[in-house]
Amino acid sequence: MTETLLLQFATAILFIPLVSFLILIFFGKKLSKKSSLVGLTLIGSTLLLSLIIFFTKLNFFHDATIDYTFTWVNFGSSEITIDLGIMIDNMTAVMLVVVTLVSFLVHLFSISYMEGDIRYSRYFAFLGIFSFSMLGIILTNNFFMMYVFWELVGLSSYLLIGHWYEKTSAANAAKKAFIVNRVGDIGMFTGIMILWSTFATFSFDEVFHGLSLGILPFDSTAWLTAAGILIFCGAVGKSAQFPLHVWLPDAMEGPTPVSALIHAATMVAAGVYLVARVFPLFTADALIVIAYIGVITAFISATIAMAQNDIKKVLAYSTVSQLGYMIMGLGVGGFTSGFFHLVTHASFKAGLFLGSGSVIYAMHHVLHHHNDHHTDPQDIRNMGGLKKKMPITFWTFLVFTLAISGVPLTSGFLSKDDILAGTLAFSDLTGHTLIPIIAFTVAGLTAFYMFRLLILTFFGTHKDENRLNEIHESPWQMTTPLIIFAALSFFFFYSPSPTSASDGWFYNAIEKPESVVPENVSAASIESFEEAVHHNHGTAMFLSLTVAGLGILTAFVTYYWKKINPEKIMNTFPSLHRFLSMKWYFDEFYDRTVIWFTMMTAKVLAWFDFKIIDGIVNGVATVSRITANGSGKFDNAVVDGLVNLTAYSIGFFGLILRTVQTGKVQSYLAFAIVGALMIFFFFN
Amino acid sequence: MSLVVSLQHFIFVSAILLSLGVYAILTRRNAIMVLMGIELILNSANINFVAFSRFGGMDVNGHLAAIFVIFLAACEAAVALAIVLNIYKQFNTVNVDEVATMKD
Amino acid sequence: MNMLSLYDYIFYFLAFVVIGSSFVVVFSRNIIYSAFALLFTFFGVAGFYVLLSADFLAITQLLIYVGGILVLLLFGVMLTNKVVDVDIKSSTIKTLPASIISALLAGLLCGIFYVTNWYTVPTNPELLNNTTAIAIGHAFISTWILPFEVASVVLLVAMLGAVIIARREKGPEVN
Repeated sequence: MTETLLLQFATAILFIPLVSFLILIFFGKKLSKKSSLVGLTLIGSTLLLSLIIFFTKLNFFHDATIDYTFTWVNFGSSEITIDLGIMIDNMTAVMLVVVTLVSFLVHLFSISYMEGDIRYSRYFAFLGIFSFSMLGIILTNNFFMMYVFWELVGLSSYLLIGHWYEKTSAANAAKKAFIVNRVGDIGMFTGIMILWSTFATFSFDEVFHGLSLGILPFDSTAWLTAAGILIFCGAVGKSAQFPLHVWLPDAMEGPTPVSALIHAATMVAAGVYLVARVFPLFTADALIVIAYIGVITAFISATIAMAQNDIKKVLAYSTVSQLGYMIMGLGVGGFTSGFFHLVTHASFKAGLFLGSGSVIYAMHHVLHHHNDHHTDPQDIRNMGGLKKKMPITFWTFLVFTLAISGVPLTSGFLSKDDILAGTLAFSDLTGHTLIPIIAFTVAGLTAFYMFRLLILTFFGTHKDENRLNEIHESPWQMTTPLIIFAALSFFFFYSPSPTSASDGWFYNAIEKPESVVPENVSAASIESFEEAVHHNHGTAMFLSLTVAGLGILTAFVTYYWKKINPEKIMNTFPSLHRFLSMKWYFDEFYDRTVIWFTMMTAKVLAWFDFKIIDGIVNGVATVSRITANGSGKFDNAVVDGLVNLTAYSIGFFGLILRTVQTGKVQSYLAFAIVGALMIFFFFN
Repeated sequence: MSLVVSLQHFIFVSAILLSLGVYAILTRRNAIMVLMGIELILNSANINFVAFSRFGGMDVNGHLAAIFVIFLAACEAAVALAIVLNIYKQFNTVNVDEVATMKD
Repeated sequence: MNMLSLYDYIFYFLAFVVIGSSFVVVFSRNIIYSAFALLFTFFGVAGFYVLLSADFLAITQLLIYVGGILVLLLFGVMLTNKVVDVDIKSSTIKTLPASIISALLAGLLCGIFYVTNWYTVPTNPELLNNTTAIAIGHAFISTWILPFEVASVVLLVAMLGAVIIARREKGPEVN
């Protein structure tokens, strides 16, 4: 096993999904049912290769970064080139496995979930192009390819959200996701351009190297901070951070497996991955911005999640909230913990979405059977009591819920606990106490709304007993992925100790990169931060267990034992509830401000176009019409008169001469010959 | 005028051929006969060209003119016959004196 | 009076063939006879070309006139006369004025040809025995290159035109 071989494997991993896309998009109609198998086989092979790379990399090339670069464009001189290339470090290896594993399981799940869909093969084709672009983001070693694949991911997300584009809401959600992402991407583009204009290279390593030599963009730390924050904007868009988080809940209009793959496990994690990838160039100021964005996002979406009734919306907001956690973790300097949370979250959130998909699938079939098209199969108020009917779904869902709530023995506990310890350490070192306070609150809220979801869906009684009896467990293609994800949500995959992840392979493999920012005014050097984390570990664990326990308890008291009537609380604070269920009025706010402003500008410009520009054009037109009228009259009367006179006179003579024209060729020829003869005679 | 063949002999023949062609065109009603008359006229012209060439120092340019006449005759025959066929389809006759609707 | 050579006899024979057959062409009532008589006219003219040392033209005359144009004319006769209809005779009109005009034309031309003092150049006998094909080929690709190319285009256009015109669907009935 050599480095070259690993690179070849990585290239294969990158392009196999593209092959899958091409096959399915061109021959999908012919393959029809078999297209899922094509997609599954190809993505399965990438999973195998990824596992090979993963184990080889961590066992034999633990500290090496395998890199391959070639020049793509050469601008005349050899000084300015655009290089493309791929690199494999430990982070890449981990992400490869995460993405291909989730993608593979989602493919498997989709086989029965999407059965009978009119665009069955196209769905798998789009999954292929998504995997291709996501793997591109992971494997790239430069900003240029990162940006290209970033946009490709946005495109495939757009295509998959709009898979059922006949539904207006799905089409609108796809557009919204695309446009909101563009806003973030413009920032990212600007950031990349700032770096390019200084370093004339897109390569991560070369940029970091340049920075470590003390070269700053436009010779100022402020510009470096700006570049960092602008690049982070891309992550804000893609990872649905405040204030661009509004697209993700709407994106739930797409098929549920897509939500699991793209909007829970992989694509939204791309933002986090980006932040981790360019982590060395963030200045302390930029990191604080990142931390606060993360914490605000986590809080806002956790509160909104409590008031939602759509099972997928709850999960969507929980995703946004957890992404906020990761961003916050990175922002406070807990590089490994933030990235670790990405990995653990990928498995249990993908599991949650697939579990919800399984529930929706079952609900949908029953409703369809009864020709009931009014009841929403995704509304948790219409569920309840599914525990007995769907045992596998229930037990796996329970594991995922425990993991996301941060209950011990789960992977979520490990990562979340570490992030929380990081926030405590950060506040110790810098005095930003708001961050840990909100972070712990959010942990409690998460436990509450997740258990609310679990209890309302699986416990209690169903509204209609007859219908409940018809609900049954989903087929094996759907339950297998659930079981695998559930298994991956336990701690022993990541660390031998159920209380601390720092002894596991993960913390060995992923190390916080040295910051390359010169005269780093970072609040804490890495050592003191690590120490502070260690110091706060016990406190964090105790506090997080307390708040999670409180959250779970509240959920059970309210929804299981029904000691507290949630209606009553809602009625006590009606405005608060409306505020939460209306998602903090973000959409309305954007409608009234950004969109209103855009529309008004468009209207003003349209008015200007219609009145002023068209006015000028029309004025010119009127003047020329009047002139044309005048000259037309002259033409008609005088010129045409003359012409007509000529014509009439010719016509008159023609009438006389017409008698000669017999219409017979012979007579014409006779005339001609007689004429010729006469010429001979006369001019002899 | 001697009986030994000279330029005049050839062009006399060509003149007679020409008059016969003219006569055919003038008297015949059938369009195809008219075409045959035209072919006769063209042939007479060709004889002239070649004869002048032969007695004018064997200059090959006369031959070339004759060749161009032949190829134009071929074009003319093809197009004219196509037109005649079309006229036949349209009027169910090929008599040129009956096909005089252009007059009106 | 000079002795008549074989050349002269052949000329008179060919002149008889040409004029006689063209009389048949013009005066025959049956259009099929006319067409076949035309064949002999063309042969006779080809013979003239041989007499005039125009070997290439003689062959061309046979190939194009006899092989092409005459066959086309015959096709035209076949296609425009109902075969079941025995009457493929071709009627004539205004024979008297036409005879006068033609006779006048012939007389006038012959008179002019006779009285004109033709300028002739004695020809190198060597030249007469050689083929003209080489000289014609050279002339075609040097002096006459433009007419030659135009001729090819004209042939193409004529071919296309003939096909399109002959294929045209029957239009609205005139008459």
